[in-house]
Amino acid sequence: MTDPRPLPPLRPEIENRSLASGQIGEVKRPLSAWERVTNIDWVRRITILLILAAAWEGYGRYLNNPLMVPPFSMVMESLWQATVNGPLADRTFTSVRVLVIGYACGVALAAVFTALAVSTRVGTDLLSTLTAMFNPLPAIALLPIALLWFGLGIPSLVFVIVHSVLWAVALNTHSGFLAVSETMRMAGQNYGLKGIRFVAFVLMPAAFPAILSGLKIGWAFAWRTLIAAELVFGVSSRSGGLGWFIFENRNQLDTAAVFAGLTAVIIIGLVVESVIFRNVERKTVRRWGMQR
Amino acid sequence: MNDTATATPASTTQPPSEPLLRVEDVTLQYKTAEHLVTATYRVSFDVHSADRFVLLGPSGCGKSTLLKGVGGFMKPVEGSMRLRGRPIDGPGPDRMMVFQEFDQLMPWKTVRENVLFPMKVSRKFAAAEANDRALAAIEKVGLAKFRDVFPHMLSGGMKQRVAIARAMAMEPDILLMDEPYAALDALTRRQMQEELLQLWEDTRFTVLFVTHSIEEAIILGSRILVLSPHPGRVKAELNAHQFTHREQGGEAFMALQRRIHDMLFAECLEAHGTPRGAGHD
Repeated sequence: MTDPRPLPPLRPEIENRSLASGQIGEVKRPLSAWERVTNIDWVRRITILLILAAAWEGYGRYLNNPLMVPPFSMVMESLWQATVNGPLADRTFTSVRVLVIGYACGVALAAVFTALAVSTRVGTDLLSTLTAMFNPLPAIALLPIALLWFGLGIPSLVFVIVHSVLWAVALNTHSGFLAVSETMRMAGQNYGLKGIRFVAFVLMPAAFPAILSGLKIGWAFAWRTLIAAELVFGVSSRSGGLGWFIFENRNQLDTAAVFAGLTAVIIIGLVVESVIFRNVERKTVRRWGMQR
Repeated sequence: MNDTATATPASTTQPPSEPLLRVEDVTLQYKTAEHLVTATYRVSFDVHSADRFVLLGPSGCGKSTLLKGVGGFMKPVEGSMRLRGRPIDGPGPDRMMVFQEFDQLMPWKTVRENVLFPMKVSRKFAAAEANDRALAAIEKVGLAKFRDVFPHMLSGGMKQRVAIARAMAMEPDILLMDEPYAALDALTRRQMQEELLQLWEDTRFTVLFVTHSIEEAIILGSRILVLSPHPGRVKAELNAHQFTHREQGGEAFMALQRRIHDMLFAECLEAHGTPRGAGHD
């Protein structure tokens, strides 16, 4: 119907013998000061916090009802007073101490359960059944039982914290182990690694992103469980924790101090997350390229 | 460069030595969710010291499974595999494996630590010696500049080089390579093949190499075991020690390539039973 398309014209070959880079101009350019400042993580985060604080302050002043919403500055003043002259530092220390004990016990137990689960099939069944049963059970619901068994005091708190940490950490660690690639396993076996050495040198580091997220979830569960449990009872009024501090001040209608207690809870959460976990992440999974 | 790669192997001028690896009538099976698959059926071959022994075949001929058997990751249901006279019983660092996947390096270790690690855990070498060996092996594969870098910062070819360095530093009885260049681009693959031949020139290690590329088999192998698919059986065992990249495209090279191609293609026709176009419908 139509003529066949004409052949393309024959063109000479081109070969660049020398590549001068003189005219290209800008190959590399330093970032501007603004770009560099906004590239820093903590600068952006602090900015967000400042904006939130300003909004709070504005709303508090507009409402002008310190019993309901004390403005930010008032809460900060109360926080300062309670820390320097009041019992807040003591209370915080008590809470953190119980938390560390409970968290450590929970993680250790999780390690035992996961070790069982990777080495035997019965262990796997045991872990998955127990996790399915207890993971959805709110730890605080066990508090009455714990009080019955261990009485008022640290053991009861440790018991509920262990319950809140154990299943989250064990579940994540186990699924992390299952996700380790076959090639990596074979490479490890190829070196002659077996048993506990295989778990320690190959499975644990390879599953570290999952283990770390389990530890983070476990930490958050533990912290909120502890504060909730302390709200219910204060161990004894002299050595109560942060939760008790909040409860006490609510009873005295000192709303600013209640907010100060809450702020302390939040600050500790932020510090653990952004100092401890962030640094662990930076030194491990990010450095290894397993996480962005 | 590769002058001696074309030299006649010692076995033709001297009485044949005791083989390093003897595989006799090995049948390997593995289970999938629904089936028990026979990957290889009564496969026998001998690998001698300093052989570049290639297992060649189409996918499904059980060549990778066979390599896993030699690696000790699978037990044969029948037959025996002996390395230096000892039956193979489980994986071990005397048979270092280079896998096809790039994720075989441990991401939490630097290049140097990755190479060092198997020497450390197998306690084959003293600490100071292991360190020297690791650095020398990294130097040899041309990654001296990258020795303190983590694997995620390397390209695929560089990762494979590290895996090869890691295996060679261990000085295993036999080096097992499971299509190590299959996932590389053509240019890098060719470069890596040349490097492997050069390394072999330097140290004359023994390597068992799995590939599905006829060309790669002829270039890299000194001896080629051609396997047929479903299940894998030995079709032929051929010599290819006289060929390197320089002979590629030459008459003898092409003839061998065609011969192997015909062997595998003939099997293809047999497997399908009827020629194309003679179907029922």
